[in-house]
Amino acid sequence: MTATADTIATARGIDVEVRRFGSGEGPDVVWFHGLVGLAEQEPALAALGAQATVHAPLWPGYGEIENEGSIEDMLDFALLGWDIVDGLGLERPHLVGHSFGAMIAAEMACVARNDLDRLVLVAPFGLWLDDHPIPDPFAVVPFELAELLFADPANAAKLVAEGQDLSSDEGLAQFMVQNARRLGTAGKVMFPIPNRRLSKRLYRLTAPTLVVAAGDDALITEPYIDAWQRSIAHASVDTVADAGHLANLEQPDALAAAIASFLFAPGPA
Amino acid sequence: MVNFCWFNLMPWPYLPDDFRENHRSVWVDIDSKLFDPVKGNEVYHTYMDQLEFADALGFDGIGVNEHHANGYGIMPSPNIIAAALARRTSQAALCVIGNSIALYNPPLRVAEEFAMLDVISGGRLVAGFPVGTSMDTNYAYGQIPALTRDKYAEAHDLIIRAWAEDEPFAFDGKYNQLRYVNCWPKPIQRPRPPIYIPGGGSVETWDFCLDHDYNYSYLSFGGYKAGKMLLDGYWNRVAERDKDDSPGRAAFAQIFCVADNDAEAEKLYAEHILYFYNRCLHVYPGFADAPGYRTVKTIKAGVLSQIRRENLRKFATLTWKDLVEGGYVIAGGPDTVREQTEHMIKTLRLGTVFSLLHMGNMPDETTRYSTQLFADKVMPQLKNLWPDYADDDRWWPHPLDDRVVPEQGLDHARRPATKPEVGS
Repeated sequence: MTATADTIATARGIDVEVRRFGSGEGPDVVWFHGLVGLAEQEPALAALGAQATVHAPLWPGYGEIENEGSIEDMLDFALLGWDIVDGLGLERPHLVGHSFGAMIAAEMACVARNDLDRLVLVAPFGLWLDDHPIPDPFAVVPFELAELLFADPANAAKLVAEGQDLSSDEGLAQFMVQNARRLGTAGKVMFPIPNRRLSKRLYRLTAPTLVVAAGDDALITEPYIDAWQRSIAHASVDTVADAGHLANLEQPDALAAAIASFLFAPGPA
Repeated sequence: MVNFCWFNLMPWPYLPDDFRENHRSVWVDIDSKLFDPVKGNEVYHTYMDQLEFADALGFDGIGVNEHHANGYGIMPSPNIIAAALARRTSQAALCVIGNSIALYNPPLRVAEEFAMLDVISGGRLVAGFPVGTSMDTNYAYGQIPALTRDKYAEAHDLIIRAWAEDEPFAFDGKYNQLRYVNCWPKPIQRPRPPIYIPGGGSVETWDFCLDHDYNYSYLSFGGYKAGKMLLDGYWNRVAERDKDDSPGRAAFAQIFCVADNDAEAEKLYAEHILYFYNRCLHVYPGFADAPGYRTVKTIKAGVLSQIRRENLRKFATLTWKDLVEGGYVIAGGPDTVREQTEHMIKTLRLGTVFSLLHMGNMPDETTRYSTQLFADKVMPQLKNLWPDYADDDRWWPHPLDDRVVPEQGLDHARRPATKPEVGS
């Protein structure tokens, strides 16, 4: 399934690039990407697109538009998320957030709890447990990323090559610029500790919620999944096996199936 | 008008021989068990004695700086050292290069402490305002990388205004909201002490210095040959901005090792300089540059080789010969050092030289020997390299002529009490 892409305007005046997956049939799903952004090929989103219209906006700093300076804190991100939903003309869509995008999606669901249908949090950042410090994604060198993000580091080369050659100065400079823009932006709510006190607001989260664990995630480990479950009493939990933090790239079909079976199941979740 | 500032980074001199092999980083997550407070007692006093020695030898300035969780800088608060020096010296400028103003809430604290130092020292303060390295600012002190420069700019504006204003004022900043800003005391040097901005190679920093007529200080350990390219860029920018080209606009940090002759220099200093390059610069590259800390413009323009896998071991393999030939270190007999230093000052166009004469694990007596030779046989002939700018006093402190000379007053400080006159 081929993705399409365009740019939408939001009420705040921030233009946002949006990629779309699916034929335009079925319920609307807004996918908020994670720390590393969207890969050129996103097979999990494409698979979801078989049953839904998937809108995947790019957060400021993650696309071509250089507008990241306008976003400074979690309220900016959460309201921009809703501005994007409005800009897309959607009513009560399903929200799926992955990684850092899940942190924002959860915040959105607390801020405007009646404006979404169902919520899926995949390998979500947003909580912090002193006894289980999350490895610091801001203190890694490029050649260490594969180990941090994939269950099988060998998958990294296959899945996120994107023509990037980190052994050349040019390739490295390109990576550094992208990394500075992306992680620089994410750092506004993730640095130095990815906790902006969401836990104080989770009592407001009433939408039916699925938390998806990536079975071999080096970042969001089992104690965090347990903490999410404790924090959102009505949440259900599913696990995608043999997947690191980038489960969307490493086990796209299994991830899409887990999300689809929650979102599109008949009756109350 | 070349100012020589004797600078001590205050390295920890007891990093083990296998430090590079068995420790990830000298900075941020350095093994804190390597610091021994009992040994530290002597280390601090030795280093402060050396700074006082430099004052006595006639160095124009004595310099301290700020690093956090850093094996080559045990000076998280340079103001504490500077305060001690203010009590025990009275001639040299106190160059605090500087306080990382984005780290303090509110940064008014820096305005107050610098004002205290300026008043206690009789107007001898040079105030440095670094953005701070990513290791210090982001990793050790938790500042959000992409907001660090914005916060720095706001802190700068607050401090400058706090010094200049004569009335309390309200400051409604993004990072600091203060209903009553009232810097008390004020510095002796009004409206402000000379300000030095340590920086890397970003055009934004050059422009910031030129906007305010601040000194731009390039503090690297790469030496004057590598520094030339960067300072050429700076001076080109000065020309583009139609600013005068007073050498006072530029400062540079350089390692010096002076001996009777070149061969003796290697014997005396090589081991200690290599300690610095091989152990003290062993920084985990994941801490070098938090994403968002540098502007995209700077990354595109900059040299990124430090994070290349093959370059991670560069410093480990440097030899004494590499260091001397590459200009990392100016070493040798007095004539050699003087010639090269003159060449450096002229070609880089420097008004201030941060002179690194203690490095790594250099013993006290060795440091003093090199320092004395530098003061006696190198510095005097290089003081007046810029006769056209002899009267340009914009970049150096203006102390009180009749300031208190506290180090000569120990007996005075400890004199027995006498009963004061009691009025009727």
